[in-house]
Amino acid sequence: MVETAKQSRPFAFRACTTIAVVVGMVALAFAYTAGWLSARRLTPEKLIAALQSESGPPLGHRRNHSKGICFTGILEANGRGTALSTASVFAPGVYPVVGRFNIGGTDPNQPDPLAQVRGFGIRITTPDGQEWRSAMIDAPVFAAPTAQAFYEFLTAARNNDPNALKKYSAVHPEILAFVSWVKNHLRTESWTEDRFNSLDSFIFIDATETKHAVRWSFVPETPPVTLTPSELAKREPNFLMEDIAARVAAHPQHWELMITVASPGDPTADPTKSWPEDRQTINVGTLTVQDVQQEADGPCRDINYDPVVLPSGITTSDDPIPAARSAAYAFSYDSRTSEASHYPRVTRAKQ
Amino acid sequence: MTAIPGRFAAPQRLIHWVMALCILSMLFIGVGMVATVSSKYLTLVQIHKPLGIAILVLALIRLTLRLYYGAPALPADLPVPVKLAAKLSHYFFYALMIGMPLIGWAMLSAEAYPVVLFGRLHLPPMVSASPYLHTLLWRTHYCLAFAFFALILMHVAAALFHRLVRHDGVFEAMASDPARK
Repeated sequence: MVETAKQSRPFAFRACTTIAVVVGMVALAFAYTAGWLSARRLTPEKLIAALQSESGPPLGHRRNHSKGICFTGILEANGRGTALSTASVFAPGVYPVVGRFNIGGTDPNQPDPLAQVRGFGIRITTPDGQEWRSAMIDAPVFAAPTAQAFYEFLTAARNNDPNALKKYSAVHPEILAFVSWVKNHLRTESWTEDRFNSLDSFIFIDATETKHAVRWSFVPETPPVTLTPSELAKREPNFLMEDIAARVAAHPQHWELMITVASPGDPTADPTKSWPEDRQTINVGTLTVQDVQQEADGPCRDINYDPVVLPSGITTSDDPIPAARSAAYAFSYDSRTSEASHYPRVTRAKQ
Repeated sequence: MTAIPGRFAAPQRLIHWVMALCILSMLFIGVGMVATVSSKYLTLVQIHKPLGIAILVLALIRLTLRLYYGAPALPADLPVPVKLAAKLSHYFFYALMIGMPLIGWAMLSAEAYPVVLFGRLHLPPMVSASPYLHTLLWRTHYCLAFAFFALILMHVAAALFHRLVRHDGVFEAMASDPARK
Protein backbone atom coordinates (compact mmCIF):
# COMPACT_ATOMS: atom_id res chain seq x y z
CA MET A 1 0.00 0.00 0.00
CA VAL A 2 2.68 2.48 1.04
CA GLU A 3 4.70 1.69 -2.06
CA THR A 4 1.79 2.29 -4.44
CA ALA A 5 1.06 5.61 -2.81
CA LYS A 6 4.67 6.68 -3.24
CA GLN A 7 4.68 5.72 -6.91
CA SER A 8 1.35 7.23 -7.79
CA ARG A 9 1.85 10.60 -6.14
CA PRO A 10 4.46 12.03 -8.56
CA PHE A 11 2.56 10.45 -11.43
CA ALA A 12 -0.71 12.09 -10.38
CA PHE A 13 1.17 15.38 -10.03
CA ARG A 14 2.48 15.08 -13.57
CA ALA A 15 -0.94 14.12 -14.87
CA CYS A 16 -2.55 17.08 -13.13
CA THR A 17 0.10 19.38 -14.58
CA THR A 18 -0.67 18.04 -18.03
CA ILE A 19 -4.37 18.70 -17.48
CA ALA A 20 -3.69 22.23 -16.25
CA VAL A 21 -1.46 22.95 -19.25
CA VAL A 22 -4.02 21.66 -21.77
CA VAL A 23 -6.91 23.55 -20.20
CA GLY A 24 -4.76 26.64 -19.72
CA MET A 25 -3.68 26.70 -23.35
CA VAL A 26 -7.24 26.42 -24.64
CA ALA A 27 -8.27 29.23 -22.29
CA LEU A 28 -5.32 31.34 -23.43
CA ALA A 29 -6.18 30.83 -27.10
CA PHE A 30 -9.74 31.89 -26.29
CA ALA A 31 -8.54 35.02 -24.48
CA TYR A 32 -6.32 35.87 -27.45
CA THR A 33 -9.20 35.41 -29.90
CA ALA A 34 -11.38 37.65 -27.74
CA GLY A 35 -8.73 40.38 -28.01
CA TRP A 36 -8.06 40.43 -24.27
CA LEU A 37 -4.34 39.98 -24.82
CA SER A 38 -4.06 42.50 -27.68
CA ALA A 39 -4.56 45.99 -26.31
CA ARG A 40 -3.94 47.50 -29.75
CA ARG A 41 -6.55 45.50 -31.67
CA LEU A 42 -9.15 47.79 -33.17
CA THR A 43 -12.48 46.59 -31.81
CA PRO A 44 -15.96 47.94 -32.65
CA GLU A 45 -16.07 49.37 -29.14
CA LYS A 46 -12.87 51.38 -29.65
CA LEU A 47 -13.98 52.65 -33.05
CA ILE A 48 -17.30 53.82 -31.61
CA ALA A 49 -15.59 55.38 -28.58
CA ALA A 50 -13.35 57.41 -30.90
CA LEU A 51 -16.46 59.01 -32.44
CA GLN A 52 -17.95 60.17 -29.16
CA SER A 53 -17.65 63.65 -27.71
CA GLU A 54 -16.36 64.27 -24.20
CA SER A 55 -19.90 64.22 -22.82
CA GLY A 56 -20.13 60.53 -23.68
CA PRO A 57 -22.34 58.56 -26.04
CA PRO A 58 -25.94 59.60 -26.81
CA LEU A 59 -27.77 57.03 -24.68
CA GLY A 60 -30.57 55.29 -26.55
CA HIS A 61 -29.49 56.80 -29.88
CA ARG A 62 -27.32 55.69 -32.77
CA ARG A 63 -23.65 56.18 -31.96
CA ASN A 64 -23.12 58.37 -35.01
CA HIS A 65 -25.53 60.19 -37.31
CA SER A 66 -27.54 60.30 -34.10
CA LYS A 67 -30.05 62.94 -35.22
CA GLY A 68 -32.51 61.81 -37.82
CA ILE A 69 -36.08 61.35 -38.95
CA CYS A 70 -37.85 58.30 -40.40
CA PHE A 71 -39.56 58.00 -43.75
CA THR A 72 -41.55 55.40 -45.62
CA GLY A 73 -42.01 55.08 -49.33
CA ILE A 74 -41.48 52.86 -52.33
CA LEU A 75 -38.82 51.96 -54.81
CA GLU A 76 -40.19 51.50 -58.33
CA ALA A 77 -37.69 49.33 -60.17
CA ASN A 78 -37.70 49.79 -63.94
CA GLY A 79 -36.03 46.44 -64.68
CA ARG A 80 -32.80 47.83 -66.09
CA GLY A 81 -30.84 46.69 -63.03
CA THR A 82 -31.45 43.05 -63.98
CA ALA A 83 -28.68 43.40 -66.57
CA LEU A 84 -26.23 43.78 -63.67
CA SER A 85 -27.67 41.74 -60.83
CA THR A 86 -30.10 38.92 -60.17
CA ALA A 87 -31.29 40.64 -56.97
CA SER A 88 -35.09 40.54 -57.01
CA VAL A 89 -35.21 44.24 -56.09
CA PHE A 90 -34.21 45.03 -59.71
CA ALA A 91 -37.08 43.12 -61.31
CA PRO A 92 -39.74 45.57 -62.49
CA GLY A 93 -42.02 46.24 -59.56
CA VAL A 94 -42.80 48.35 -56.55
CA TYR A 95 -41.05 47.55 -53.27
CA PRO A 96 -41.63 49.03 -49.81
CA VAL A 97 -38.94 51.20 -48.26
CA VAL A 98 -38.26 52.26 -44.68
CA GLY A 99 -35.55 54.89 -44.43
CA ARG A 100 -34.02 57.60 -42.35
CA PHE A 101 -32.68 61.07 -43.13
CA ASN A 102 -29.93 62.07 -40.75
CA ILE A 103 -27.00 64.34 -40.09
CA GLY A 104 -23.49 63.28 -39.07
CA GLY A 105 -22.42 63.76 -35.47
CA THR A 106 -23.18 62.11 -32.17
CA ASP A 107 -25.50 64.72 -30.64
CA PRO A 108 -29.18 63.91 -31.25
CA ASN A 109 -29.95 67.59 -30.68
CA GLN A 110 -27.21 69.00 -32.87
CA PRO A 111 -28.42 72.10 -34.77
CA ASP A 112 -28.96 71.17 -38.42
CA PRO A 113 -26.89 74.13 -39.75
CA LEU A 114 -23.80 72.69 -38.01
CA ALA A 115 -24.01 69.35 -39.80
CA GLN A 116 -20.79 68.57 -41.62
CA VAL A 117 -22.24 65.55 -43.37
CA ARG A 118 -25.79 64.56 -44.23
CA GLY A 119 -26.85 60.95 -44.46
CA PHE A 120 -29.56 58.64 -45.62
CA GLY A 121 -30.33 55.07 -44.57
CA ILE A 122 -32.60 52.80 -46.55
CA ARG A 123 -34.13 49.34 -46.30
CA ILE A 124 -35.83 47.91 -49.36
CA THR A 125 -37.72 44.64 -48.99
CA THR A 126 -38.96 42.34 -51.72
CA PRO A 127 -41.81 39.82 -51.47
CA ASP A 128 -39.37 36.88 -51.38
CA GLY A 129 -38.10 38.07 -47.99
CA GLN A 130 -34.84 39.51 -49.31
CA GLU A 131 -33.61 42.84 -47.99
CA TRP A 132 -31.25 45.51 -49.17
CA ARG A 133 -29.98 47.90 -46.54
CA SER A 134 -27.68 50.78 -47.23
CA ALA A 135 -26.48 53.85 -45.36
CA MET A 136 -25.19 56.63 -47.57
CA ILE A 137 -23.88 60.16 -47.15
CA ASP A 138 -23.77 63.27 -49.31
CA ALA A 139 -19.95 63.34 -49.49
CA PRO A 140 -18.39 62.36 -52.83
CA VAL A 141 -15.72 60.20 -51.13
CA PHE A 142 -15.18 58.64 -47.73
CA ALA A 143 -12.68 60.03 -45.20
CA ALA A 144 -10.36 57.05 -44.87
CA PRO A 145 -9.38 53.96 -46.86
CA THR A 146 -9.45 51.51 -43.91
CA ALA A 147 -11.03 51.24 -40.48
CA GLN A 148 -7.61 51.62 -38.88
CA ALA A 149 -6.93 54.84 -40.78
CA PHE A 150 -10.41 56.15 -39.93
CA TYR A 151 -9.74 55.42 -36.26
CA GLU A 152 -6.40 57.24 -36.43
CA PHE A 153 -8.10 60.17 -38.15
CA LEU A 154 -10.78 60.38 -35.44
CA THR A 155 -8.14 60.14 -32.74
CA ALA A 156 -6.05 62.87 -34.38
CA ALA A 157 -9.11 65.09 -34.81
CA ARG A 158 -9.86 64.87 -31.08
CA ASN A 159 -6.28 65.46 -30.07
CA ASN A 160 -5.56 68.81 -28.39
CA ASP A 161 -2.26 68.97 -30.22
CA PRO A 162 -2.97 71.10 -33.33
CA ASN A 163 -0.26 69.21 -35.19
CA ALA A 164 -1.99 65.85 -34.76
CA LEU A 165 -4.17 66.32 -37.83
CA LYS A 166 -1.24 67.61 -39.86
CA LYS A 167 0.75 64.53 -38.91
CA TYR A 168 -2.17 62.34 -39.92
CA SER A 169 -2.64 64.04 -43.27
CA ALA A 170 1.09 63.79 -43.97
CA VAL A 171 0.75 60.00 -43.79
CA HIS A 172 -2.77 59.93 -45.24
CA PRO A 173 -2.99 62.70 -47.87
CA GLU A 174 -6.23 61.13 -49.14
CA ILE A 175 -8.01 62.76 -46.18
CA LEU A 176 -7.58 66.18 -47.82
CA ALA A 177 -10.27 65.59 -50.44
CA PHE A 178 -12.80 64.79 -47.72
CA VAL A 179 -11.75 67.62 -45.43
CA SER A 180 -11.81 70.15 -48.22
CA TRP A 181 -15.29 68.97 -49.24
CA VAL A 182 -16.52 69.33 -45.63
CA LYS A 183 -15.05 72.82 -45.40
CA ASN A 184 -16.02 74.17 -48.78
CA HIS A 185 -19.16 72.61 -50.21
CA LEU A 186 -22.28 74.72 -50.15
CA ARG A 187 -25.11 73.11 -48.21
CA THR A 188 -28.50 72.79 -49.81
CA GLU A 189 -31.66 73.99 -48.12
CA SER A 190 -33.19 70.50 -47.94
CA TRP A 191 -32.45 66.79 -47.76
CA THR A 192 -34.67 66.51 -50.83
CA GLU A 193 -31.97 68.34 -52.81
CA ASP A 194 -29.09 66.15 -51.65
CA ARG A 195 -27.46 63.32 -53.53
CA PHE A 196 -26.59 60.36 -51.32
CA ASN A 197 -23.70 58.08 -52.28
CA SER A 198 -22.81 54.55 -51.23
CA LEU A 199 -19.09 55.50 -51.41
CA ASP A 200 -18.24 51.86 -50.79
CA SER A 201 -17.99 49.45 -53.69
CA PHE A 202 -20.10 46.32 -53.90
CA ILE A 203 -20.37 43.45 -56.35
CA PHE A 204 -23.45 42.87 -58.48
CA ILE A 205 -23.78 39.33 -59.87
CA ASP A 206 -25.80 38.93 -63.05
CA ALA A 207 -27.66 35.89 -64.43
CA THR A 208 -24.52 34.62 -66.16
CA GLU A 209 -22.64 34.76 -62.81
CA THR A 210 -20.61 37.69 -64.14
CA LYS A 211 -19.50 40.07 -61.42
CA HIS A 212 -19.71 43.84 -61.75
CA ALA A 213 -18.06 46.16 -59.24
CA VAL A 214 -20.45 49.02 -58.59
CA ARG A 215 -21.23 52.01 -56.43
CA TRP A 216 -24.63 53.62 -56.22
CA SER A 217 -26.22 56.96 -55.54
CA PHE A 218 -29.70 58.31 -54.89
CA VAL A 219 -29.91 61.42 -57.06
CA PRO A 220 -32.60 63.95 -56.12
CA GLU A 221 -35.24 65.01 -58.61
CA THR A 222 -35.46 68.40 -56.89
CA PRO A 223 -32.81 70.81 -58.21
CA PRO A 224 -30.46 72.01 -55.48
CA VAL A 225 -30.80 75.44 -53.95
CA THR A 226 -27.62 76.14 -52.06
CA LEU A 227 -27.18 78.40 -49.06
CA THR A 228 -24.23 80.66 -48.44
CA PRO A 229 -22.49 80.04 -45.08
CA SER A 230 -24.15 83.13 -43.61
CA GLU A 231 -27.60 82.08 -44.87
CA LEU A 232 -27.02 78.60 -43.45
CA ALA A 233 -26.00 79.99 -40.05
CA LYS A 234 -29.31 81.86 -39.83
CA ARG A 235 -31.40 78.74 -40.30
CA GLU A 236 -33.33 77.20 -37.40
CA PRO A 237 -31.72 74.35 -35.43
CA ASN A 238 -34.28 71.91 -36.90
CA PHE A 239 -34.66 73.43 -40.36
CA LEU A 240 -33.88 70.18 -42.17
CA MET A 241 -36.28 68.17 -40.00
CA GLU A 242 -39.08 70.71 -40.45
CA ASP A 243 -38.38 71.09 -44.15
CA ILE A 244 -38.58 67.38 -44.92
CA ALA A 245 -41.82 66.97 -42.97
CA ALA A 246 -43.40 69.94 -44.76
CA ARG A 247 -42.22 68.98 -48.24
CA VAL A 248 -43.29 65.35 -47.98
CA ALA A 249 -46.65 66.34 -46.48
CA ALA A 250 -47.20 68.56 -49.53
CA HIS A 251 -45.91 66.20 -52.25
CA PRO A 252 -44.12 62.85 -52.44
CA GLN A 253 -40.39 63.43 -53.01
CA HIS A 254 -38.28 61.53 -55.55
CA TRP A 255 -34.73 60.28 -56.05
CA GLU A 256 -33.36 58.20 -58.91
CA LEU A 257 -31.30 55.15 -57.96
CA MET A 258 -28.19 55.32 -60.14
CA ILE A 259 -25.74 52.43 -60.38
CA THR A 260 -22.20 53.27 -61.48
CA VAL A 261 -20.24 50.37 -62.95
CA ALA A 262 -16.47 50.24 -62.44
CA SER A 263 -14.12 49.74 -65.36
CA PRO A 264 -11.25 47.32 -64.89
CA GLY A 265 -8.59 48.92 -62.70
CA ASP A 266 -10.93 51.33 -60.91
CA PRO A 267 -10.14 51.55 -57.18
CA THR A 268 -12.88 49.36 -55.69
CA ALA A 269 -10.96 48.69 -52.46
CA ASP A 270 -10.57 52.35 -51.55
CA PRO A 271 -13.66 54.50 -50.87
CA THR A 272 -11.52 57.65 -50.62
CA LYS A 273 -10.93 57.45 -54.38
CA SER A 274 -13.68 58.47 -56.75
CA TRP A 275 -14.09 56.81 -60.12
CA PRO A 276 -13.78 58.74 -63.40
CA GLU A 277 -16.88 60.68 -64.39
CA ASP A 278 -17.40 58.79 -67.65
CA ARG A 279 -18.20 55.43 -66.06
CA GLN A 280 -21.32 53.64 -67.20
CA THR A 281 -24.24 54.74 -65.03
CA ILE A 282 -27.61 53.02 -65.10
CA ASN A 283 -30.85 54.40 -63.68
CA VAL A 284 -32.51 51.31 -62.16
CA GLY A 285 -35.50 52.85 -60.43
CA THR A 286 -37.16 55.70 -58.60
CA LEU A 287 -37.48 56.17 -54.87
CA THR A 288 -40.59 57.95 -53.71
CA VAL A 289 -40.68 59.21 -50.14
CA GLN A 290 -44.35 59.29 -49.19
CA ASP A 291 -44.44 59.84 -45.46
CA VAL A 292 -42.21 61.13 -42.69
CA GLN A 293 -42.31 60.04 -39.03
CA GLN A 294 -40.51 61.30 -35.93
CA GLU A 295 -37.79 58.80 -35.07
CA ALA A 296 -38.82 58.18 -31.44
CA ASP A 297 -41.96 56.38 -32.59
CA GLY A 298 -40.97 55.84 -36.19
CA PRO A 299 -40.41 52.62 -38.12
CA CYS A 300 -36.71 53.33 -38.73
CA ARG A 301 -35.88 53.62 -35.07
CA ASP A 302 -35.08 49.97 -34.45
CA ILE A 303 -33.58 49.23 -37.85
CA ASN A 304 -29.82 48.85 -38.12
CA TYR A 305 -28.93 50.20 -41.57
CA ASP A 306 -26.13 47.68 -41.80
CA PRO A 307 -24.55 47.99 -45.27
CA VAL A 308 -23.81 44.28 -45.50
CA VAL A 309 -27.46 43.24 -45.34
CA LEU A 310 -27.68 42.56 -49.06
CA PRO A 311 -30.05 40.56 -51.22
CA SER A 312 -28.88 37.52 -53.12
CA GLY A 313 -27.26 38.96 -56.28
CA ILE A 314 -25.29 41.63 -54.39
CA THR A 315 -22.21 40.95 -52.25
CA THR A 316 -19.45 42.91 -50.61
CA SER A 317 -16.29 43.69 -52.58
CA ASP A 318 -12.63 44.08 -51.59
CA ASP A 319 -13.59 47.41 -49.98
CA PRO A 320 -12.75 46.87 -46.27
CA ILE A 321 -15.04 49.58 -44.91
CA PRO A 322 -18.44 47.80 -45.06
CA ALA A 323 -17.16 45.04 -42.74
CA ALA A 324 -15.96 47.63 -40.23
CA ARG A 325 -19.24 49.53 -40.49
CA SER A 326 -21.22 46.35 -39.99
CA ALA A 327 -19.25 45.46 -36.85
CA ALA A 328 -19.51 49.00 -35.47
CA TYR A 329 -23.22 49.36 -36.33
CA ALA A 330 -23.92 46.08 -34.50
CA PHE A 331 -22.15 47.44 -31.42
CA SER A 332 -24.10 50.69 -31.72
CA TYR A 333 -27.38 48.78 -32.11
CA ASP A 334 -26.74 46.50 -29.14
CA SER A 335 -25.84 49.52 -27.00
CA ARG A 336 -28.69 51.78 -27.97
CA THR A 337 -31.44 49.17 -27.79
CA SER A 338 -30.33 48.32 -24.25
CA GLU A 339 -30.66 52.02 -23.37
CA ALA A 340 -34.12 52.45 -24.89
CA SER A 341 -35.45 53.92 -21.63
CA HIS A 342 -33.20 56.96 -22.21
CA TYR A 343 -35.06 57.69 -25.45
CA PRO A 344 -38.79 57.55 -24.68
CA ARG A 345 -41.03 56.33 -27.45
CA VAL A 346 -43.92 58.72 -26.91
CA THR A 347 -43.29 61.94 -28.78
CA ARG A 348 -45.08 65.15 -28.20
CA ALA A 349 -43.91 66.50 -31.55
CA LYS A 350 -46.82 66.14 -33.94
CA GLN A 351 -46.59 67.43 -37.43
CA MET B 1 -6.00 -2.55 -15.68
CA THR B 2 -9.26 -1.25 -14.36
CA ALA B 3 -12.23 -2.81 -16.09
CA ILE B 4 -13.66 -0.64 -18.86
CA PRO B 5 -17.36 -0.09 -18.39
CA GLY B 6 -19.52 0.09 -21.49
CA ARG B 7 -18.77 2.52 -24.27
CA PHE B 8 -21.05 4.90 -26.06
CA ALA B 9 -22.43 3.55 -29.33
CA ALA B 10 -20.38 4.35 -32.45
CA PRO B 11 -22.85 6.99 -33.79
CA GLN B 12 -22.82 8.69 -30.40
CA ARG B 13 -19.04 8.81 -30.35
CA LEU B 14 -18.91 10.17 -33.89
CA ILE B 15 -21.43 12.91 -33.22
CA HIS B 16 -19.69 13.81 -29.95
CA TRP B 17 -16.37 14.51 -31.64
CA VAL B 18 -17.91 16.26 -34.66
CA MET B 19 -19.90 18.49 -32.35
CA ALA B 20 -16.89 19.10 -30.10
CA LEU B 21 -15.09 20.53 -33.11
CA CYS B 22 -18.13 22.55 -34.23
CA ILE B 23 -18.89 23.99 -30.80
CA LEU B 24 -15.33 24.91 -29.97
CA SER B 25 -14.99 26.59 -33.40
CA MET B 26 -18.31 28.34 -32.82
CA LEU B 27 -17.21 29.78 -29.47
CA PHE B 28 -13.90 31.00 -30.90
CA ILE B 29 -15.67 32.50 -33.93
CA GLY B 30 -18.22 34.20 -31.70
CA VAL B 31 -15.76 35.76 -29.30
CA GLY B 32 -13.46 36.71 -32.18
CA MET B 33 -16.07 38.31 -34.42
CA VAL B 34 -17.35 40.73 -31.79
CA ALA B 35 -13.77 41.93 -31.21
CA THR B 36 -12.76 42.94 -34.72
CA VAL B 37 -13.61 45.47 -37.41
CA SER B 38 -11.43 43.79 -40.02
CA SER B 39 -12.76 42.01 -43.12
CA LYS B 40 -12.57 38.78 -41.09
CA TYR B 41 -15.68 40.03 -39.32
CA LEU B 42 -17.89 39.27 -42.32
CA THR B 43 -16.40 35.82 -42.87
CA LEU B 44 -16.81 34.94 -39.20
CA VAL B 45 -20.43 36.14 -39.07
CA GLN B 46 -21.20 34.23 -42.28
CA ILE B 47 -19.88 31.03 -40.68
CA HIS B 48 -21.42 31.69 -37.27
CA LYS B 49 -25.04 31.62 -38.43
CA PRO B 50 -25.18 28.40 -40.51
CA LEU B 51 -22.80 26.64 -38.11
CA GLY B 52 -25.12 27.52 -35.24
CA ILE B 53 -28.06 26.00 -37.06
CA ALA B 54 -25.94 22.93 -37.92
CA ILE B 55 -25.16 22.54 -34.19
CA LEU B 56 -28.86 22.80 -33.39
CA VAL B 57 -29.70 20.03 -35.87
CA LEU B 58 -26.82 17.85 -34.63
CA ALA B 59 -27.85 18.42 -31.01
CA LEU B 60 -31.37 17.22 -31.74
CA ILE B 61 -30.02 14.12 -33.51
CA ARG B 62 -27.67 13.58 -30.58
CA LEU B 63 -30.46 13.87 -28.04
CA THR B 64 -32.42 11.25 -29.98
CA LEU B 65 -29.38 8.94 -30.03
CA ARG B 66 -28.89 9.49 -26.31
CA LEU B 67 -32.49 8.58 -25.58
CA TYR B 68 -32.25 5.55 -27.88
CA TYR B 69 -28.87 4.14 -26.83
CA GLY B 70 -28.57 5.53 -23.32
CA ALA B 71 -25.17 6.05 -21.73
CA PRO B 72 -22.76 3.67 -20.02
CA ALA B 73 -22.91 3.75 -16.25
CA LEU B 74 -20.33 5.84 -14.41
CA PRO B 75 -17.76 3.87 -12.33
CA ALA B 76 -19.34 2.61 -9.14
CA ASP B 77 -16.53 4.01 -6.99
CA LEU B 78 -17.01 7.58 -8.21
CA PRO B 79 -18.05 9.75 -5.23
CA VAL B 80 -21.73 10.74 -5.23
CA PRO B 81 -21.11 14.53 -5.57
CA VAL B 82 -18.86 13.89 -8.57
CA LYS B 83 -21.49 11.66 -10.15
CA LEU B 84 -24.07 14.37 -9.57
CA ALA B 85 -21.76 17.00 -11.11
CA ALA B 86 -21.18 14.76 -14.13
CA LYS B 87 -24.92 14.24 -14.63
CA LEU B 88 -25.76 17.93 -14.16
CA SER B 89 -23.01 19.07 -16.50
CA HIS B 90 -24.52 16.92 -19.23
CA TYR B 91 -27.95 18.44 -18.73
CA PHE B 92 -26.27 21.85 -19.09
CA PHE B 93 -24.50 20.72 -22.26
CA TYR B 94 -27.73 19.62 -23.92
CA ALA B 95 -29.50 22.79 -22.78
CA LEU B 96 -26.72 24.95 -24.23
CA MET B 97 -26.32 22.99 -27.48
CA ILE B 98 -30.03 23.38 -28.20
CA GLY B 99 -30.58 26.72 -26.46
CA MET B 100 -27.71 28.79 -27.85
CA PRO B 101 -28.64 28.48 -31.54
CA LEU B 102 -32.30 29.14 -30.72
CA ILE B 103 -31.39 32.23 -28.68
CA GLY B 104 -29.14 33.45 -31.50
CA TRP B 105 -31.90 32.94 -34.05
CA ALA B 106 -34.46 34.69 -31.83
CA MET B 107 -32.00 37.50 -31.15
CA LEU B 108 -31.58 38.24 -34.86
CA SER B 109 -35.36 38.07 -35.30
CA ALA B 110 -35.85 40.54 -32.43
CA GLU B 111 -33.60 43.04 -34.21
CA ALA B 112 -35.52 42.56 -37.49
CA TYR B 113 -32.39 41.11 -39.05
CA PRO B 114 -32.61 38.58 -41.85
CA VAL B 115 -31.28 35.17 -40.76
CA VAL B 116 -29.35 34.19 -43.87
CA LEU B 117 -27.87 30.71 -43.99
CA PHE B 118 -26.67 30.40 -47.58
CA GLY B 119 -27.60 32.58 -50.54
CA ARG B 120 -31.35 32.64 -50.78
CA LEU B 121 -31.85 30.25 -47.86
CA HIS B 122 -33.35 32.30 -45.02
CA LEU B 123 -34.87 31.24 -41.74
CA PRO B 124 -38.18 32.81 -40.80
CA PRO B 125 -38.19 35.22 -37.86
CA MET B 126 -38.73 33.33 -34.62
CA VAL B 127 -40.10 36.29 -32.68
CA SER B 128 -41.37 39.70 -33.75
CA ALA B 129 -39.00 42.67 -33.66
CA SER B 130 -38.54 44.08 -30.18
CA PRO B 131 -35.55 46.05 -28.87
CA TYR B 132 -36.29 44.95 -25.30
CA LEU B 133 -36.35 41.30 -26.23
CA HIS B 134 -33.25 41.81 -28.36
CA THR B 135 -31.33 43.20 -25.39
CA LEU B 136 -32.42 40.33 -23.17
CA LEU B 137 -31.54 37.70 -25.79
CA TRP B 138 -28.27 39.35 -26.76
CA ARG B 139 -27.07 39.49 -23.15
CA THR B 140 -28.17 35.91 -22.56
CA HIS B 141 -26.40 34.72 -25.71
CA TYR B 142 -23.25 36.58 -24.68
CA CYS B 143 -23.17 35.33 -21.06
CA LEU B 144 -24.10 31.75 -21.93
CA ALA B 145 -21.27 31.63 -24.47
CA PHE B 146 -18.75 32.17 -21.66
CA ALA B 147 -20.60 29.71 -19.43
CA PHE B 148 -20.49 27.20 -22.30
CA PHE B 149 -16.77 27.70 -22.72
CA ALA B 150 -16.15 27.32 -18.97
CA LEU B 151 -18.22 24.12 -18.99
CA ILE B 152 -16.13 22.78 -21.85
CA LEU B 153 -12.90 23.54 -19.98
CA MET B 154 -14.23 21.67 -16.94
CA HIS B 155 -15.38 18.84 -19.18
CA VAL B 156 -11.93 18.56 -20.78
CA ALA B 157 -10.23 18.66 -17.38
CA ALA B 158 -12.55 15.97 -16.03
CA ALA B 159 -12.13 13.77 -19.11
CA LEU B 160 -8.34 13.99 -18.82
CA PHE B 161 -8.54 13.32 -15.10
CA HIS B 162 -10.42 10.10 -15.83
CA ARG B 163 -7.89 9.23 -18.51
CA LEU B 164 -4.64 10.15 -16.76
CA VAL B 165 -5.36 9.86 -13.05
CA ARG B 166 -8.29 7.56 -12.42
CA HIS B 167 -7.82 5.18 -15.38
CA ASP B 168 -11.47 4.21 -14.91
CA GLY B 169 -12.50 3.91 -18.57
CA VAL B 170 -14.78 6.98 -18.55
CA PHE B 171 -12.59 8.70 -21.16
CA GLU B 172 -12.37 5.53 -23.26
CA ALA B 173 -16.18 5.30 -23.28
CA MET B 174 -16.20 8.27 -25.67
CA ALA B 175 -12.76 7.89 -27.27
CA SER B 176 -12.79 6.93 -30.92
CA ASP B 177 -10.65 3.86 -30.50
CA PRO B 178 -9.63 3.03 -26.96
CA ALA B 179 -6.13 1.62 -26.56
CA ARG B 180 -7.08 -1.58 -24.85
CA LYS B 181 -5.50 -4.91 -25.22
